[in-house]
Amino acid sequence: MGRRVLLVEDEINIFEAISFLLSRDGWEVSGHGNGATALDEISRLDPDVLVLDVMLPGRSGLDILRDLRKQPETADLPVLMLTAKGQSKDRDLALALGANAYLTKPFSNSEMVETLNRVATGGQKAGT
Amino acid sequence: MRDRQNPVRRQSLTGTRIRERRLALAMRQSDLAQAVDISASYLNLIEHNKRKIGGKLVLDLARALKVEPSRLTEGMDATLSDMLQAAARDTVRSFGPPAETDRIDELAGRFPGWTGLIGEQQKRIAALEAAVEGLQDRLSHDPVLAESMHEVLSTVAAIRSTSDILVREPDLDAQWRGRFHRNLHEEAERLSASATALLAHFEGQGARAETLSTPQEQVEAVFELAGHHFPEIEAGGAAAIPEVLGRMVTLADDDARDLAARHLARYAADAARLPLGEVLAAAAEVDFDPQALLPLAGGDAALLLRRLAALPQGGAQAVPGFGLATCDASGALIFRRRINAFSIPRYGSGCPLWPLYRALGRPMVPDSAVLDLPDGSRFRAWAVCQPIGPAGFGAEPVMEATMLLRALPDDAPASPGAVPVGPGCALCPREACAARRAGGRFG
Repeated sequence: MGRRVLLVEDEINIFEAISFLLSRDGWEVSGHGNGATALDEISRLDPDVLVLDVMLPGRSGLDILRDLRKQPETADLPVLMLTAKGQSKDRDLALALGANAYLTKPFSNSEMVETLNRVATGGQKAGT
Repeated sequence: MRDRQNPVRRQSLTGTRIRERRLALAMRQSDLAQAVDISASYLNLIEHNKRKIGGKLVLDLARALKVEPSRLTEGMDATLSDMLQAAARDTVRSFGPPAETDRIDELAGRFPGWTGLIGEQQKRIAALEAAVEGLQDRLSHDPVLAESMHEVLSTVAAIRSTSDILVREPDLDAQWRGRFHRNLHEEAERLSASATALLAHFEGQGARAETLSTPQEQVEAVFELAGHHFPEIEAGGAAAIPEVLGRMVTLADDDARDLAARHLARYAADAARLPLGEVLAAAAEVDFDPQALLPLAGGDAALLLRRLAALPQGGAQAVPGFGLATCDASGALIFRRRINAFSIPRYGSGCPLWPLYRALGRPMVPDSAVLDLPDGSRFRAWAVCQPIGPAGFGAEPVMEATMLLRALPDDAPASPGAVPVGPGCALCPREACAARRAGGRFG
């Protein structure tokens, strides 16, 4: 069984592109597009890594991250946050809340794959 | 800097202003003395501020010098003076010698046109700085802009990732290739729409910023033009508002007209509660002292202060000049009636030491104080903070503070409890003030 990544992203075309890339890299990819029910989906799928967008319908990715870190079973779940370029406040807040790394949109595909692999193997906090 | 440390009373420079004005007109001292029927040696003493003058002689001199008497006794408008001080402070770091701020009155006397131009430019700079500040704030907090930018960046992210796959994956099967081409097309369409919407948003904001005149400024200007007094509403009540509003042709947009209508509606309500004849007669009896007039207003101090500021000037009854400032509970100035020597800033907040703000901390308690301005002029201020609008059980009241200002005569006795204030940190020269906002100017 491959490594499992859950991609919480409401933009379907971004999801499809990232999903394709990560599948090619050996990941088993699941997707979810609603912030309000994301915690349930994370609990149900129990992924090895989470890719979490900040701006989601229903609930902010930052709020979801905050709750993840409070729950013992997800406190150590590696999380890669996706933020929009220029939103440095989101990025800083994400790191403060315990994100393992962040990528700012628009990112390159190689950045995405490299960063996710680093996060999955317990690499240091980083981002672009 | 020099006059900040050693403030000179504005009124004591009357002689200097007479001299500057005479020189500006290329008039000989003896000719001016003859025109006002005094000796040249006496005029010389006056011009060197060694003799105080007043009454008829000031009027005669003003007539001979073709200026308003207040221009000789009070100097230039305090706002203009403060603007020049601010201009000097802002440019002193950029240019060589410091501006001679202790000679501003002289500058205004000799070169009124240039002085006005510098003041206008300083005002323009302040307006542009405020516009920039507003745009920065908008970029940081505008939800429409944030949403639009997120839309654009998300679209670009999808296009970048998808096109990268199409270029770098030569063995992509036809089904995936077709799907990514379709996605690319969708995202390109979406980017076109969101970029157009973003541009329209900026254009809309730009058109508003070009006028650099807020609805509040427009309304204050038309009220100023009317002397803050509307005889039609005094006589006909709220029914006269459309007629008055119809005359305010300089109101450029619906926002300004709506704001003017709201102020006029309040004016009409105030006039109905405290009719002009009643307040004018009673006020004349007590030298327009708000304290003595409070019972007339049924204890509604804010109503009384607004009515005093709306009394007609130049009528049979000599009414002193009043200034008025109103702020909401956040301290934002929402209305002002200017009074010559007391500058109330157009942008940003006023002086934190004004009773206007002190009143916010003590709702329903009328307050009064003598205020010492940096140029030496003094004002009596009355302020109160009261709820506006109807009360409701369990509802938080909306509070508003009102401050009335009246200039104290030059020979008024000293006030030991006078509060040293300024026109607001952005323009104030009191750099050692404990209440000064960090950064001072637009800080």
